Amino acid sequence: MSMESLKDRLQSSFIVFENELKEETRSPLHSIRRQAMKRFETLGFPSVKLEDWKYTNLKPVVKGDYTVFADREQGLEFSEIKRFFLNELDTYKIVFVDGRYSSWLSSTTHQNYDICTFSAGLRRHREVIDAHFSKAAWGERSLVALNTAFAREGAFVRIPAGKIVEKPIEVMHISTGSIGDSMNQPRGLIVLEEGAEATLIERHQNLGNARVLTNSVTEVFAGAGSQFHYLKIQNDSPTTALIDHTAIVQERDSRVDVGTFVLGGRFVRNELEFKLEGPGANAGMIGLSLVDEDQFVDHHTGVDHVAPHCQSDELYKGVYDGKSQGVFNGRIMVRPGAQKTNAFQQNHNVLLGEKATVDTKPQLEIFADDVKCSHGCTIGQLDEEALFYLRSRGIPAHEAQALLLYAFGEEIIAKVPLPELRQRLSRLMARKLNVDFELSL
Amino acid sequence: MLKIQGLKASIDGQPILKGIDLHIGRGEVHAIMGPNGSGKSTLSNVIAGRSDYEIESGILEFEGTDLMDLSPEERAHLGLFLSFQYPVEIPGVSVTNFVKTAINQHRKAKGLEPMEAKDMLRLMREKMELLGMDKGFLSRSLNEGFSGGEKKRNEIFQMALLEPKLAILDETDSGLDIDALRIVAQGVNALRSPERSILVITHYQRLLEYIQPDFVHVLHKGRIVKSGDKSLALELEKRGYDWLKEKEAEV
Repeated sequence: MSMESLKDRLQSSFIVFENELKEETRSPLHSIRRQAMKRFETLGFPSVKLEDWKYTNLKPVVKGDYTVFADREQGLEFSEIKRFFLNELDTYKIVFVDGRYSSWLSSTTHQNYDICTFSAGLRRHREVIDAHFSKAAWGERSLVALNTAFAREGAFVRIPAGKIVEKPIEVMHISTGSIGDSMNQPRGLIVLEEGAEATLIERHQNLGNARVLTNSVTEVFAGAGSQFHYLKIQNDSPTTALIDHTAIVQERDSRVDVGTFVLGGRFVRNELEFKLEGPGANAGMIGLSLVDEDQFVDHHTGVDHVAPHCQSDELYKGVYDGKSQGVFNGRIMVRPGAQKTNAFQQNHNVLLGEKATVDTKPQLEIFADDVKCSHGCTIGQLDEEALFYLRSRGIPAHEAQALLLYAFGEEIIAKVPLPELRQRLSRLMARKLNVDFELSL
Repeated sequence: MLKIQGLKASIDGQPILKGIDLHIGRGEVHAIMGPNGSGKSTLSNVIAGRSDYEIESGILEFEGTDLMDLSPEERAHLGLFLSFQYPVEIPGVSVTNFVKTAINQHRKAKGLEPMEAKDMLRLMREKMELLGMDKGFLSRSLNEGFSGGEKKRNEIFQMALLEPKLAILDETDSGLDIDALRIVAQGVNALRSPERSILVITHYQRLLEYIQPDFVHVLHKGRIVKSGDKSLALELEKRGYDWLKEKEAEV
């Protein structure tokens, strides 16, 4: 018996999904889903023949017997997942287990602002969803189309004008493995109105040994003068694959900073797309990848400078041990009207493993004449001189190496807004490098 | 304390040390002088355990322990210290974190618990005072943007903290003005004791006015060609290194 392909399975699952939706299928939202499904059917999974997927082979990832919908809710106690949260802080929590919302594990709100789920958003603020859904991340990309087709659950955050969310928001996607290998497609929508401020931390965690494939899409709309910090901690188990597409639209004088920290997971593909539509918008991107063995991590970033007087700053660093593989592609587009644009991009990599590889590519397309743009990338080894210096002071080779890697990563971690999260990242780094955490202090 | 006999070393197949004999006793201060390219820095690097050099033959022992197969960190734990001619700049590693790690790794090697934070701070303050360094120094990145004088002071600061049995000062005077030289020399002299030996490697005699050696050796083309007391340094100052060439011509 030949195995049904994932694409076939998704097509039949879509029919099941529509049956479940009943009268909801008559909504404008669902017509977007249907169009998206058609796009996916036409495009299929991206192959390495596409320029954007040249170094990223999805074939082994999509080959598998994935359950597309969890058919039952899995009971979990908070104590089983406590370790993934920032327990030093009081936070809002939006927790999903096997793709389903767990109100038991979550701590949401509708007071002053909405920090809840996509499904709750549909019930309470359908007009907000209709106004924004699929406007930032649209379906020309087949995986975005696929996620859009199945869009049903995920985080929904709506902050009205002038409101500041003091507590960080933690969004946690848990896979239990109790339904075997599974595919998750969370869909997030974050809307910050004029002058609103919020910080969001997102994680995906697989508790078992089953394979998990996540195809996540999040859309962020940052209104005039709003500020948003978005931190992605990607430290999942070795049987997981994560494809994350985050699309951000920024209005005048807004500021959005996205930090992506990759430590775990077998396969990680991050697509981060900014569109700067209002003058004075400021986009910040930081990334730190610390991977080993046969891990694969791909960062594709894009900044579309539409309006004048905007700034984008990008700094990604990576450390690759074992036979791990890294890809960085940073695209900057400056449109004809986007004068006085400042766009900076840096990508620095350290190869520790003899079989580790990195492919890095800046991609600048500039159609305005009064702009400042720069980019730089390096791929190298640790400085032998520095290692000898440290070792001559009695610091063993392994610790000396870790000290240099900390120093390398510190430039990124220092930019993280929450001290508790900075500490957590340093501890995660220490564990990954197998050294005493004290070393980083 | 340090015993070197017939030591031959090369780099990329190029012989640099061609049979060095040197014995340093406990509490003694030795100076090795010589023109550029005579092998002075190679000798200090080989003692400290730098792996770029190929040791071809000879004996290298510290307090009776063969150093040949020991890593740089193991040599440091035995009580060897090299003050670098060109201390390496390491952005992102603070001076505090670096010296704290170094001290605690030394303690770990001796089977001791890490030092209490307040004791560590007190110790650092005490040694900084000795070398006339200001507090801001501790939070700076290691050697990054340091002036020549600051870098060398930082080396002696580390030496003061790690209290080695044998300190090798590789061209510690290079790049220092007279005031900086005096401060660095004061720091070194404060560490002189009957238990601690020092090997000063230098091109010029001027450092030896401040750190007076018991023995002076002249290194030339990978060999020690002359040994004597501190008067030899003065003689070198007067005559320069040209007489070495004459001597060579005679052979």
